[in-house]
Amino acid sequence: MTMTDQFIYTEPDPLELAEYREQVQTWMNENMPKRDPLNPWHPSEDDNERSSRNRELQRRLHDAGFAAVCYPKEYGGQSLTVAHQRIIDDVSEGFDMPILFSAPTLSIIGPILLEFGTEEQKQRYIPRFIRGDDLWVQFMSEPSGGSDLAGALTRADKDGDSFVINGSKIWSTFAQRSDFALMLARTNWEVPKHRGLTMFIVPIHQPGIEIHTIKMADGTDEFCQEYFNDLLVPAENVVGKVDDGWTVATRLLFHERAAVGGASPYTQGKMRQRRADSLEDLAVLAAKEPVGDAGNRRQQLGRLETLNRVHRLLSDRVVRGIKGGHLPGPAGSLVRLFHGLVGVEQASVNMDLYGQQALVWDEGASVGDHGVRFVQRQAACIGGGTTEMARNIISERILGMPRELATDKELPFNQVPRNG
Amino acid sequence: MRYDLTDDQEFFRETARRFIETEVPISTVREWHDLAEGCPQNWWRSAAELGWTSLLVPENLGGGSISDRPIVDLSIVADEMGRGITPGPFMPTNVVADTIARSGNPAQQTLLEEVVSGQAMLAWAVNEPDGLHLDNNFATHATPTNGGYTIAGTKVAVEAAAQAHHLLVTATAPNGLAQFLLPTNTVGLTITPQESLDLGRRFAQVQLEGVQVGTDALVGSPGAPTEADVCRQRNIMVLLQCADNAGAASKVLEFTVEYAFDRYSFGRPLASYQALKHRFADMKMWAEASCAAVDGAADALAAGQAEAQMISVAKSYVGDYSVELMHECVQMHGGIGVTYDHDLHLYLRRATVNRGLFGTPSDHRAQLSQMLGY
Repeated sequence: MTMTDQFIYTEPDPLELAEYREQVQTWMNENMPKRDPLNPWHPSEDDNERSSRNRELQRRLHDAGFAAVCYPKEYGGQSLTVAHQRIIDDVSEGFDMPILFSAPTLSIIGPILLEFGTEEQKQRYIPRFIRGDDLWVQFMSEPSGGSDLAGALTRADKDGDSFVINGSKIWSTFAQRSDFALMLARTNWEVPKHRGLTMFIVPIHQPGIEIHTIKMADGTDEFCQEYFNDLLVPAENVVGKVDDGWTVATRLLFHERAAVGGASPYTQGKMRQRRADSLEDLAVLAAKEPVGDAGNRRQQLGRLETLNRVHRLLSDRVVRGIKGGHLPGPAGSLVRLFHGLVGVEQASVNMDLYGQQALVWDEGASVGDHGVRFVQRQAACIGGGTTEMARNIISERILGMPRELATDKELPFNQVPRNG
Repeated sequence: MRYDLTDDQEFFRETARRFIETEVPISTVREWHDLAEGCPQNWWRSAAELGWTSLLVPENLGGGSISDRPIVDLSIVADEMGRGITPGPFMPTNVVADTIARSGNPAQQTLLEEVVSGQAMLAWAVNEPDGLHLDNNFATHATPTNGGYTIAGTKVAVEAAAQAHHLLVTATAPNGLAQFLLPTNTVGLTITPQESLDLGRRFAQVQLEGVQVGTDALVGSPGAPTEADVCRQRNIMVLLQCADNAGAASKVLEFTVEYAFDRYSFGRPLASYQALKHRFADMKMWAEASCAAVDGAADALAAGQAEAQMISVAKSYVGDYSVELMHECVQMHGGIGVTYDHDLHLYLRRATVNRGLFGTPSDHRAQLSQMLGY
């Protein structure tokens, strides 16, 4: 890793940690809603309810001093260690958590503002999202291509003290209920693709932005596409330097891979909490309505338990390995890849364990989620950077194998061939 | 290899690696295949001088470790021995020494001095012909007699039985499990060498026919205390198998990556083909995840927290993926990878034995599920 990391990785005193665990447990018991394992992701809730529930829960964590504890004190965090955050994650497993804040706001956007933001940007934005006031999204991918991020076509043209933005972004999560976005746009078309991009902070609810939700194969509609029509963004909203947005984007991708893979010190609670894929929950359900023979069921559950635990151990190992210089920064991709494969396995095992109940079910029964989820299975290997990209990164940047051929690297961007 | 070693542990690891590279390169490993005893006694003594047999033995009994987590220290050696497919009765000697140190009587504990110095090897006679006995239900019986026991039964796949000075025999007694420490020249005990897929380590069958022993041969008290000892022995054994396989898988991947850079076809190195790069990426993930599983299992065992679960997690993952990685590396090598002269099959042989003994990955998945109440 070339940049400094702000979080503290040193191991604190075990005794202190044990006390901390007790504190968190007591507080959560008294203040956070219990999560229902049979109905963990509030399927009946609409977007508004979901957003306000998450904001309210984030606020509760913040007021008790358990929100974003790895963030520096001066920006609303607690300057505690990763070990403290992991305790909160552990304890929070049985509770409803403000999981919407975990990614991208706390684990991807926040670290970028800490690293590249001006002092004024940090003071202005970070305490607000730690307190639950603002949700952020990423405006990165474009309809023209997801993996080739540096090929962005959205343009930002300087006009006095502002930039005028035109174009479209896609796959932003929950944009319609969010407040701010980090956006990558092209400010220079005369230079090669990596050298003409700039990163901006964009307030979402303003003229010039139109948001459409995208209905996914599983029926959910948390992803959005945005259209920008002469959107004005003040120059003070540039993050990092003009035309140097790729430097920022590279770090953003690093944090994204860490967050998606579960290796981020800034996530809060467990990502998987969003859906019924905690193994304990699955076991509860499987015991309630068992399918197939017990030996086979044990093999499948044992395999899932193994993969889930190794996932966590791998994520710890990779964080340690990068920190100690045993692994290069891109090693986060190992965890991202593992995460995708576990997701696939999980969806497949669930499908088998629920058998026909996941195919045809009584009206309103939540067991059908597992069937729907199986259809949506590959999403775990696509969102947050495809597993193909992860495999490229691992082979090229960890094992040092030759890079894939790219013809557009040194060409001025306006000469690069592109979609129709 | 762990990424959180202390300076002392790192020095210990580096010393082990250098010792293996200079004293037992693969060419020597191949020469030792012809030795009935598996490895020269004087070599084992020099390995012992590096501390390979002292880690689980407390200082007052002549042992000593590198850190306050001797189990972790031990896994460091296993990882390095896996990288070098190094022969020697490392696993059974340490597993049995640990039990003698914890539960043995003072007379038995005096043996540890010779174990620590490498003059004596130890073996654990536990496996039986009809399978696994993860449920601790052994056909080998210890029947109480006047002032002692008569032991009868057959043990197989006993590593280093023919080389060891003493055997730890696990048997069913009226009050539960019992373990006995027997000199290998005990009357009624027949040791017959067996052949093994692993060409480096030595295994034998142990036949016990009306073996008469006094109660002074008991290690610990029969029943629950011995069951706890047997569980710990199995946990340490599986940890060492997994560390051995994780080290071996990392090493095999390293030299196969090198091969992919050196080997050209159609005018390009193999390492430039995306179809192969992606498979190498998967293998790198398997190797790191295998090491991570070993890290977790060693930590759990050292802390004594839910260790049986983590041990089964490790066997379930490392058992499968380390061996799968080696098969993939054979595929990457092409024809040369399936020849006797190439080292790959030596790694694969040993890793396959580690994968299967003391529970296959499926056995451990089933166990894990049961422990969690699924």
